[in-house]
Amino acid sequence: MLPQPKATKLKTMKSNADHPLEHPLRLVHRGQVVNVAHVPPTRTLLQVLRDDMGLHSVKEGCAEGDCGACTVVLGELREGEVTYKAVNSCIRLAHSAHGQAVWTAQDLALDPLMPAACGKSHPVQDALVHNHASQCGFCTPGFAMSMLGMYLNRVLPGQTVDRATAQADLSGNLCRCTGYRPLLDAAQQMAAYPQAPVNEAALKPLLKTASQHPHNPAYLRPTSAQAALQARAKHPKAQVVAGCTDVGLWVTKQHRQFAGVLDLTQVRDWQQIEGYPHHIAIGAAVTLQEAFEALAADRPQIKRFTERYAGLPIRNSGTLAGNIANGSPIGDSMPLLMALGAHIVLMNWAGRGSKGSVKWREMPLEDFYIAYRKTQLQPNELLAWVKVPRALPAYHAGHHSGQWMRAYKISKRHDDDISAVCLALQLDIDNGQVVKARVGAGGVAATPARARRTEAALQGQPWNADTVLAAMHTLREEFSPLSDMRASAAYRRLVLGNLLWRTWLESQGEAHTQTFEMDLTEVQP
Amino acid sequence: MNAPTACGQGLPHDSAHAQVQGLATYIDDMPTLQGTLHAAPIVSRVAHGRLLGVDTQAALAMPGVVDVVLACDIPGDPVLAAFAHDEPIFAQDHVYFAGQVIGLVLAHDHPTALAAAQAVQVRIDTLPALLTPQAAHAAQSYVLPPVHVKRGNAEQALAQAPHRLQGHFEVGGQEHFYLEGQIAYAIPQEQNQWLIHSGTQHPGEVQHWVAHALGLHNHQVRVECRRMGGGFGGKETQAGHLAVWAAIAAHKTGKPVKLRLDRDDDFVITGKRHPFEYDYTVGFDDTGLLQGLDLTMLVNCGFSADLSGPVADRAIFHADNAYFLEDVAIHSYRCKTHTQSHTAFRGFGGPQGMIVIETIMGDVARHLGLDPLDVRLRNLYGTTSRHVTHYQMTIEDNILQPLITQLAQDARYRERRAAIAQWNATSPVIKRGLALTPVKFGISFTATLFNQAGALVHVYTDGSVMVNHGGTEMGQGLHTKVAQVVADELGVPFDRVMVTASDTARVPNASATAASSGTDLNGRAAQFAARNIRSNLAAFVCGLDGCGAGEVEFRHGQVFTPKTTRSFNDVVGMAYANRIQLWSDGFYRTPKIHYDKTTLTGRPFYYFAYGAACTEVAIDTLTGENRVLAVDILHDVGHSINPALDIGQIEGGFVQGMGWLTTEELVWNDQGKLTTHAPSTYKIPATSDVPEHFKVALWPEPNREDNVFGSKAVGEPPFMLAISVWEAMRDAVAQATGHQQVQMNAPATAERVLMAVCGASARAD
Repeated sequence: MLPQPKATKLKTMKSNADHPLEHPLRLVHRGQVVNVAHVPPTRTLLQVLRDDMGLHSVKEGCAEGDCGACTVVLGELREGEVTYKAVNSCIRLAHSAHGQAVWTAQDLALDPLMPAACGKSHPVQDALVHNHASQCGFCTPGFAMSMLGMYLNRVLPGQTVDRATAQADLSGNLCRCTGYRPLLDAAQQMAAYPQAPVNEAALKPLLKTASQHPHNPAYLRPTSAQAALQARAKHPKAQVVAGCTDVGLWVTKQHRQFAGVLDLTQVRDWQQIEGYPHHIAIGAAVTLQEAFEALAADRPQIKRFTERYAGLPIRNSGTLAGNIANGSPIGDSMPLLMALGAHIVLMNWAGRGSKGSVKWREMPLEDFYIAYRKTQLQPNELLAWVKVPRALPAYHAGHHSGQWMRAYKISKRHDDDISAVCLALQLDIDNGQVVKARVGAGGVAATPARARRTEAALQGQPWNADTVLAAMHTLREEFSPLSDMRASAAYRRLVLGNLLWRTWLESQGEAHTQTFEMDLTEVQP
Repeated sequence: MNAPTACGQGLPHDSAHAQVQGLATYIDDMPTLQGTLHAAPIVSRVAHGRLLGVDTQAALAMPGVVDVVLACDIPGDPVLAAFAHDEPIFAQDHVYFAGQVIGLVLAHDHPTALAAAQAVQVRIDTLPALLTPQAAHAAQSYVLPPVHVKRGNAEQALAQAPHRLQGHFEVGGQEHFYLEGQIAYAIPQEQNQWLIHSGTQHPGEVQHWVAHALGLHNHQVRVECRRMGGGFGGKETQAGHLAVWAAIAAHKTGKPVKLRLDRDDDFVITGKRHPFEYDYTVGFDDTGLLQGLDLTMLVNCGFSADLSGPVADRAIFHADNAYFLEDVAIHSYRCKTHTQSHTAFRGFGGPQGMIVIETIMGDVARHLGLDPLDVRLRNLYGTTSRHVTHYQMTIEDNILQPLITQLAQDARYRERRAAIAQWNATSPVIKRGLALTPVKFGISFTATLFNQAGALVHVYTDGSVMVNHGGTEMGQGLHTKVAQVVADELGVPFDRVMVTASDTARVPNASATAASSGTDLNGRAAQFAARNIRSNLAAFVCGLDGCGAGEVEFRHGQVFTPKTTRSFNDVVGMAYANRIQLWSDGFYRTPKIHYDKTTLTGRPFYYFAYGAACTEVAIDTLTGENRVLAVDILHDVGHSINPALDIGQIEGGFVQGMGWLTTEELVWNDQGKLTTHAPSTYKIPATSDVPEHFKVALWPEPNREDNVFGSKAVGEPPFMLAISVWEAMRDAVAQATGHQQVQMNAPATAERVLMAVCGASARAD
């Protein structure tokens, strides 16, 4: 028999329904809809889980989304289907999870919605124990949750988790004890245990109940673009958030408080990726992971580049539009999008109240940035869409025409690191001549920028070594990067040019010229 | 000894099931007592200066803030009870590094305390700061006097050597990055007694420090620690600071105080692995045999001594690593800089000693055009001659030659070396490198007195067994191994034995769980305690069955005599009824060791742990990015008590060492501020940094010294296997440039590798 959704249990709800703190945060937890009252808008999901719900398996390791000890799995109803995501709870604002199901490591053996694991343990946990994958144990619950995400999204649908997949999906979880080998083994072996599926038939009605929410004036979660734009017009001082992957740090590290929060993740229109003949349009609520998958579908050569953007729990929360609007000079999406010729669409609500209408303006991404962390975005505007042109037929060595597109990232650590230098380029080559060049660079200026002088040095020139050598020189001179803890200015300059040389070698199909995106293994004499 | 059934088994960690279920409790997970205040540190943002004033008005005005604690609130000695007595508990008149703690803010919740600590205004008159060991050395600024260890006549040997090389390089420090940050929870008890929950590797020292700061006797302070979320040496002394701070706050307010450091504060406040700088001149013959070595080590100790003396000593003791140094002079300067006070970290100076001699081996080989492995083999310690260290210890258990030979064969070192040279010749951008390096690591605290341990074993009337010992659990599996030893000693199934939280009220005066000694010391103490109980029980059943004690056997939860077999539980029940003692203490001290700390000579180590690693890497000559492609390890853990845990220590230690030498770069800016103070900027290895080919084999021989179960210590030695990564990286650079000399500082970040390939040294600006 299916477990029956129990009646909503309201914890300490008082009658003062207009007070912002009186609107409970509602989560599905262990087969029940749980209400948590008195949750301020800046309270993090980690704080709610640990302090309000007593779920101490959720650990704070860094409070900035880099170590993964706080990873939990969220389940959300999207167009009638449940989607599962492993996310960092430490920098996620708690209200952003409203209406979703949440799992922590200590829930798996107690959740009636996972009947095969309930009262026992979950395959994820069995695999971890059998592989001796926990030592100090502090990172372990977070790893278990990233593995649960993999289990729900890959193992249950029948995908094989190979070593590369395990590495990629666990790249946002740090372990200081084991050296990872047993963790990677556990991830690859968890499919071998008796299956523990989620009873989605029972979960869906709970999610429906939980996501029906009263209007919380301190934490606005509009569900339509119009409502979002109206809210923006009415509350220009409210902090706009989507995945909170940067704003979360303003809370945990800078202890900022917000008068209100405007959360865009529930805007149905903006959760979409729309395909058009010549471009795709990515809505403001689309996560980095979803956006990157769409971009890599068109351009498979950037898949590894996108996997190196933070770790999966961050890509599962953060949005592409959020990364752009944030304006950080070291975000990796912007150089890529600039090279691809992306435009952005800014929207606002013109007029008073419901009588107005949606106005919008569109601009090339590079025009959006004015100065360090300063953008064109007005207080009444929202960044609604990112429009990315589709790929043209690719250039290959030996061909004379086609589009050559590559993106490179240099960082101290391969995965889950911030770029010292990021370079993306797209060259339209016709009959051996570069007819159009777009080059985006990150980590080299106060904003992400197009390397226009370098583009000029390439454009109209034959695609050959001499052209590239000249362009390398231009590229090294074009920016005045800083020296900081990630790299020196001299290194950044040197590497910028060298990456251009790399792309030239690659375009000629030279063996062993690629960086480590390729599969190098030990030599076998 | 009974036939072992638990020892030798790869049993899961005793907390594994609880950990994967998220039910293993760390200090921050304990139920918070009513009235508990949460603390956050007020820290100096200046590296050196006069502390003029602390304005707490804005912080105290914030809702939820309760109090501020400063140096004037310390009831006892305002200087920490560390052995050098050189660290103010809270900064008083001066600040000595950016990150020094000036006081605490107390609030009703943790976020409020953190926000309020940032609102405290500290007025500091900035003074010039010494930020590098070179600057400190030039100013003769030391935390402890320099130490010189000499054998033979290095000067003469160098003068007569056919070849000489000089070198200078630097090796960076390392942040521990235990996943659980530092924490202490101080709880006032009745009659001026104190309970401290501390995430510490050394509860006894925390007890002593807290008592000293509060002006109490040790017996008034009880310190408990069930487990830490990682330690690695970072919670040997550093945890004590937190406990003292929390205790002072609890003393002032009369409330329980929890102090948990935010990760950024943890980075900025606590000490790290000591960064080292080296200058050396080495002389050698045509075969690469070293003839003389003059080595200077500048140790960046930070602003106070902490454990820098023994760390720098251990670097001296390991500057030979596996090699006989006949004529050698080592000069060790313990430089006092205006940075965090650097502290214990896995290897404790050993890695910093070994890396310089391994670097020299690589340099010598390239200079002569020889295979670096041949030069290493040429210089190895002998077994009957050339077997006395530069500190006059005779090596009695040398297995280097057979171990290295075995690994070279298993890893196909020679064939791969040739294949790599061939591959590199056809690869214009990516270049590979290969290196095989050994480890010989001395086991014992160099301070002989610490080599003692106590344990308690209780057998309850139902036959269940509880063990308590002076060691602490930080993930290494110490409690599991000790339980295995006790289970076998009593002949009961492993699951009948439970190890409980480390507690100064149960086993007093325990040494730090450090120096890889946890199992050697505490395992033996617990074994002796269990043996006493077994003797009591054996004598009891002898009386029942009229046999000799030697005829009684304890196995599989049964007690066998020539006459009958009884269950262990029944025997325990009967013994209790007959008023037989069912619990005992046990005490162990390591035999044979002695050492003169003024001359640094003697036998500081009971035995050596050995190992070797063969590592292949690739570097990208356009960007300096690099990858470890394959690792083969052969390591000596003696007769393993728990191979699964030991392999976990070897793999984990290796990867941690790999991080130290590749991606983990600590950067202080020219103001002395640590700019890599969170995982966003300080990069420990992640999942994709570990190669698929990562093979670990265990050397089959038991410890030649009498040690628990014939095992060897395993915590630290594997860390230094990662020096093979460093040497492979330098090999790849040499293969890329074709030069004999590779000038590079550690860690080998992408930037450093590229600059080495380009012939420039380190960061270009």
